[in-house]
Amino acid sequence: MFLVPDVVVRFFHRMASPPHFYSFTERLMPWLVAIFVLLTAAGLYGGLYLAPADYQQGDSYRIIYIHVPSAWMSLFIYVVMAIAGAIGLIWRIKLAEIVAISSAPIGASFTFIALFTGSLWGKPMWGTWWVWDARLTSELILLFLYLGVIGLYGAIDDKRVASKAVAILALVGVVNIPVIHYSVEWWNTLHQGPTVTKMDKPSIHVSMLIPLLLMALSFKFYYLIALLQRTRLELLRRERNSQWVKTMVLENK
Amino acid sequence: MTMQEFFAMGGYAFYVWTSYGLTLLVLLANVIIPVSQRKQFFSQSLKRKR
Repeated sequence: MFLVPDVVVRFFHRMASPPHFYSFTERLMPWLVAIFVLLTAAGLYGGLYLAPADYQQGDSYRIIYIHVPSAWMSLFIYVVMAIAGAIGLIWRIKLAEIVAISSAPIGASFTFIALFTGSLWGKPMWGTWWVWDARLTSELILLFLYLGVIGLYGAIDDKRVASKAVAILALVGVVNIPVIHYSVEWWNTLHQGPTVTKMDKPSIHVSMLIPLLLMALSFKFYYLIALLQRTRLELLRRERNSQWVKTMVLENK
Repeated sequence: MTMQEFFAMGGYAFYVWTSYGLTLLVLLANVIIPVSQRKQFFSQSLKRKR
């Protein structure tokens, strides 16, 4: 702890307190939304208007600006969920448990978007909506893992116990993450290999790369916004008998 | 580029705009649902108090 500045330690201590977290995130929200809107507007303008059509795929490739960032988010959120779950499991921090379970529906949504837009891109380019390719199959398993987490949490009434169970399931499922990432290299089937995240320089023109990265960043901010909304709801539900929630209900805020 | 050309997406309008439309719907739902449930939480808790 002596390596971490005192201010940072105090910040995290205060953030772990539910009423402080609740009011802080409320004040943070408009800023997050503003940054998200700016990034999205710039990314979409760059991707849908400024960037040229692909020389092979024409305009159909423009699905990339949501397909790839969504697929990245589906992996990123899963890792966040597993880490938050582990923190909750080890230190019994309520807020970490809530972050873990609140991430699940958002991660499931991004996984669904990645699969659905991939299908809509695959039909005109590959000539098929779906194929049991390694990348597609492992991403579908990821969707089932998310749904499993949501279902398991809902099935157990005691939410502290439910959080434990969910954390263990999420941690076991982490095995799938490197499988998804390397699937295109291990099994060379229909899905193309990586164009951005490889050791060499990205094999995508900069006019297409910039909007792609803008959208990736915009989706990160979206995740933060959606996560905080769910986290705050779950916090209220779990803390409904505590004094700070009762006071807030009376003030009808 | 005219507006019509832009929306035509070089003949891929259906695939491109369905992708973007669906993404918009899913992302909107993920924010609208928790916000409306929070409002519901406050109104129901208040009712129980009275």
